[in-house]
Amino acid sequence: MPKQQANWSPYDNNGGSCVAIAGADYCVIAADTRMSTGYNILTRDYSKICKLADKCVMASSGFQADVKALQKHLAARHLIYQHQHNKQMSCPAMAQLLSNTLYYKRFFPYYSFNVLGGLDNEGKGCVFTYDAVGSYEKVGYSSQGSGSTLIMPFLDNQLKSPSPLLLPVQDAVTPLAEAEAVDLVKTVFASASERDIYTGDKLEIVVINADGIRREYMDLRKD
Amino acid sequence: MNFMASKQPENSLLGPEADSQRTLYPYVTGTSVVALKYKDGILMAADMGGSYGSTLRYKNVERMKAIGKHSLLGASGEISDFQEILRYLDDLILYDNMWDDGNSLGPKEVHNYLTRVMYNRRNKFNPLWNSLVLGGIKNGQKYLGTVSMIGVNFEDDHVATGFGNHLARPILRQEWHENLSFEDGVKLLEKCMRVLLYRDRSAINKLQIAKITEEGMTISQPYSLKTYWEFSAFENPTQGAVGSW
Repeated sequence: MPKQQANWSPYDNNGGSCVAIAGADYCVIAADTRMSTGYNILTRDYSKICKLADKCVMASSGFQADVKALQKHLAARHLIYQHQHNKQMSCPAMAQLLSNTLYYKRFFPYYSFNVLGGLDNEGKGCVFTYDAVGSYEKVGYSSQGSGSTLIMPFLDNQLKSPSPLLLPVQDAVTPLAEAEAVDLVKTVFASASERDIYTGDKLEIVVINADGIRREYMDLRKD
Repeated sequence: MNFMASKQPENSLLGPEADSQRTLYPYVTGTSVVALKYKDGILMAADMGGSYGSTLRYKNVERMKAIGKHSLLGASGEISDFQEILRYLDDLILYDNMWDDGNSLGPKEVHNYLTRVMYNRRNKFNPLWNSLVLGGIKNGQKYLGTVSMIGVNFEDDHVATGFGNHLARPILRQEWHENLSFEDGVKLLEKCMRVLLYRDRSAINKLQIAKITEEGMTISQPYSLKTYWEFSAFENPTQGAVGSW
């Protein structure tokens, strides 16, 4: 008897979009709260955002079970780091850890599309963007997930960074004020919800600055 | 030390012999489970059918079980995998009790445990072919969550598995509200189960409704729903479309 093939897939796409924007002294990370499968909505109130360290927050979309496992893994590693170094992990350090963790499962990937946002050791905003197997890059802003094709071009239009190939090296962070960046995020998600069926319900915005972390919500289209 | 010769290859990467150990498809299955939060706790409903493909093989399957003092587990999918999950949970609750420290695992903890079990089996390409609903209440905090066979999990005010997602969730989204009374909760669940009975081929008209509150878990005696088949559209279904069925 020929070998039977599995008729189930270990992966599923639970949809959703994530965005992060870095500023001079703040970082905005946002994601919608809709969780879907196929053409169904599973729940309208699921957070895709996870605080990994004091000044480091990750938003991930993709396959929810892998995202959850990844978040738990990183949280556990951070705890060990704190025990060993008696301090919180910096955002760039967590960025490298996330990349290594993703590549570790290069041949059975975490189906998770991540943006990492936070403040670096000098208090300046930083955003790192990833693919599912760990290639990453420090950027001024990024989006991932089902709505990223709709969101990214708009962010490019509004926030276009100078080319990283220019010398002297120019800052990628946006000169926008915090309130303006939050407003831009709201606009961008409202637009994405119009055309991306997997984005909608509610928007969760996390802002990290010198005062700490604050959370904000906004309603999105429920259709 | 294991002195007994074991025919089971422990390493699931061992190739063809190990492959025959992996789940390919389910055999005896249960259909939808529907659950919602109400004023005093959680209400959950499931019918008592165990299908073997398109045959209704078993008509007295209890697909909802109490877990510890605070939780209620309902399952759809492969019945034998559900029974294995109950064995895992027996051990979990036993060890929890043996600590004898006044602490007990709440529904959130049991849900997390189940999520990890389902996800780890999926990682080994040998899933437990179930969609689970875990509800409970501990110290006044109500909890209702679900896990799928590949580890996708979330909590909400109302959840359903299988066909219930398509047929029952929309009704619940429209009619559920906070602090439903017991009677209203049961009426709402029965409304969902009735729709499933009409439209899900694997549903049978013999169901149980389980309730879990701070006082504990009670499960109703099996009963059947009243159905109405005199709708004019049922009477002559091919009228207007001769040759159809």
